[in-house]
Amino acid sequence: MSSIPSSIGNELPQEHYLNAKYGIRSWLLTTDHKRIALLYLVSVTFFFFIGGAFATMIRIHLLTPNGYLVSPETYNKLFTMHGVAMIFFFLIPSIPAVLGNFLIPLMIGAKDLAFPKINLLSWYIYLIGGGFVLYSFSTGGLDTGWTFYTPLSSVYSNSAVTPAVIGIFINGFSSILTGLNFIVTIHTMRAPGMTWFRLPLFVWAHYATSIIFILGTPVIAITLLLAGLERMFHLGFFNPVLGGDPILFQHLFWFYSHPAVYIMILPAMGVISEIVPTFARKPIFGYTFIAGSSIAIAVIGFLVWAHHMFLTGQSAYAALAFSFLSFLVAIPSAVKVFNWTSTLYKGSISYDTPMLYALGFIGLFLIGGLTGLFLACLGLDIHIHDTYFVVAHFHYIMVGGAVMGYVGGLHFWWPKITGKLYPESLARIAAVTLFIGFNLTFFPQFILGYLGMPRRYHSYPPEFQVLNVMSTAGASILALGYLLPMIYLVWSMRYGRVAGRNPWPATGLEWQTDSPPMTENFDVTPEVTWEPYDFAHRPDLGLQVIGESSLAPSHGDD
Amino acid sequence: MHRTGELYGQFETMDQQRETASLGMWVFLVTEVLFFGGMFMTYTLNRSTYPDIFAEASRSIKLWLGAVNTVVLIGSSLTMAMAVWSAQVGKKQLVTIFLIATLTLGSVFLGIKAVEYHEKYVEHHIPGLNFSFEPDADIATNAHAQLFFSLYFAMTGLHALHMIVGAGLLLWLIRQSLRGRFTPEYNTPVELVGLYWHFVDIVWIFLFPLLYLIDRH
Repeated sequence: MSSIPSSIGNELPQEHYLNAKYGIRSWLLTTDHKRIALLYLVSVTFFFFIGGAFATMIRIHLLTPNGYLVSPETYNKLFTMHGVAMIFFFLIPSIPAVLGNFLIPLMIGAKDLAFPKINLLSWYIYLIGGGFVLYSFSTGGLDTGWTFYTPLSSVYSNSAVTPAVIGIFINGFSSILTGLNFIVTIHTMRAPGMTWFRLPLFVWAHYATSIIFILGTPVIAITLLLAGLERMFHLGFFNPVLGGDPILFQHLFWFYSHPAVYIMILPAMGVISEIVPTFARKPIFGYTFIAGSSIAIAVIGFLVWAHHMFLTGQSAYAALAFSFLSFLVAIPSAVKVFNWTSTLYKGSISYDTPMLYALGFIGLFLIGGLTGLFLACLGLDIHIHDTYFVVAHFHYIMVGGAVMGYVGGLHFWWPKITGKLYPESLARIAAVTLFIGFNLTFFPQFILGYLGMPRRYHSYPPEFQVLNVMSTAGASILALGYLLPMIYLVWSMRYGRVAGRNPWPATGLEWQTDSPPMTENFDVTPEVTWEPYDFAHRPDLGLQVIGESSLAPSHGDD
Repeated sequence: MHRTGELYGQFETMDQQRETASLGMWVFLVTEVLFFGGMFMTYTLNRSTYPDIFAEASRSIKLWLGAVNTVVLIGSSLTMAMAVWSAQVGKKQLVTIFLIATLTLGSVFLGIKAVEYHEKYVEHHIPGLNFSFEPDADIATNAHAQLFFSLYFAMTGLHALHMIVGAGLLLWLIRQSLRGRFTPEYNTPVELVGLYWHFVDIVWIFLFPLLYLIDRH
């Protein structure tokens, strides 16, 4: 391929996707996957800060045992709206719709996704769905919990449930179309030589995620549609008073919403699988196993949903099967963790910012995953069900895992997206701040839950105050950790150093083209003749061989 | 603007474009299966919980109207398949004729469905709209019968919505076909709408026995 050395360049390319066209119309009507990714970046960041604002209020309220900030009713709304904004409008679209959208065509050597117009349509659907949800938030809010359990959501709640349900229903089609676009693109748009087992693991992870998008999302859509109809026309699908079955709602809800957890974590795992070999300068250990484990997680993930319902009085035999299957998911997850760790072994490791996020991810995901096994235990779950132990567990997966992966990925590909480098030392400080803030926020919640503090309560016994104050203190550090990248990333777009094509250097196709890339991505369709992550046989990367098999970046480690 | 039959910018060859479009439709139909699946699940569970009342409520809808509609819809699938075949062998006039036949049969289906809905309206069988199954029925019977009719309207309503979308697609195809756009080299839209139409037909093949036939006598 290109023989241009990967050293840091001095100038941006003359023409690229950002300056190819100007004006608001060229953005709102674009079908360029890279521009659509940026539209998503702005919108998911908006919802991240809305969800974050609710979280801040929750943590301030919980500073004192009786909570003076808001009334109990408002408290119910705060954690509900925090969950809805974060899950449906930030976590689920974040990595797929921003990084996946931007990178998948670049990584497989295509000019765009298979259906560029449908890609833009996905973003508009997301906006319409988001509009309905914001309408719900601003006209009385929502107090059902993000799970919308019936008959609370369909009969008894006096809050703005209907617009929120409509919004999430609509937003589901955005996910479905994104997943459809990715699956078809990965099947039919690969460049010559880009075989399935030369695909970057990021692409494998998105393929697995897309399977969940297209199989799971329609089920939540129809379920919320039925619950919405029940509320609007006083029907009885899930209302026991009218003969309906509320447990059925929970089954249908979790049939999507448990796999949805894997929608959030699988793409983050894909990001980590790119970052780890790049900064260890070594081929990833066990490529096929990592690729296969993504698919395995997607498939097994569909068979574990009723572990959310151990206390609903479901059949003991069913509970046994679901408990066993939940343990089974740990195997492909552990395969990934072991393989990332093995990749580090004897690597030429440098602790650049993306690597700090990746290492943080591995540790936090490990804790989140292992505590998941506690919850899959039938006996133990009775004790810790609906306590802060659960809250801590899923925040370790979703914030410690998915958000760490997202922010790490943003840093890793920021030079490709903008053509500019972010300030490295400030970014490292932010990464460490995030890690410390995160652990201080959520580790005390494991203890609180184990001691018996229930989730979703607006007050707690005074003896829990110390741990709650720790958690709130951690949350303020965490908030700082999120604000820092927000500021310096935007700053770097104008004032950052020019990155060049391949600043790390990394092996993927996306690094073979300009930063930022041109609208068509590549001058000529690339032809892939190398194996993935094969640093040793890539003289074009400019790495120096030191010792027998170790490689080091030629420009040294700053 | 792109004219039909052109190679879009993101593709290298027409073959790749065709394959991509076709795979896209298949993936979409997989999504649709799961979309209807949630409702079929809800129906099946409630049917097994209240078999007697569901059977009684089911008997109040007219079997012969549903049966005629089944025949009409299978007929429309035949004409749709003929339209696809005509496009593939390049009989341009036949394509238009078969597309119009499909649209006509689809409209007949929707018309009969409207007659059925109207009957339910007259009998006060529309949930949420002054529902009363039988004047002397107790509260539980009424509630459970209402459950049947809620599902009946949700399932057939969603199916009818898919029929209406299909009719819109057919109108667009007919317009293109009248301009002679479909040739043996370029007929992907006819083929894909055909896939969609057959899928909607198959959904009905499941709806009809579930809603009309179980425990009829």
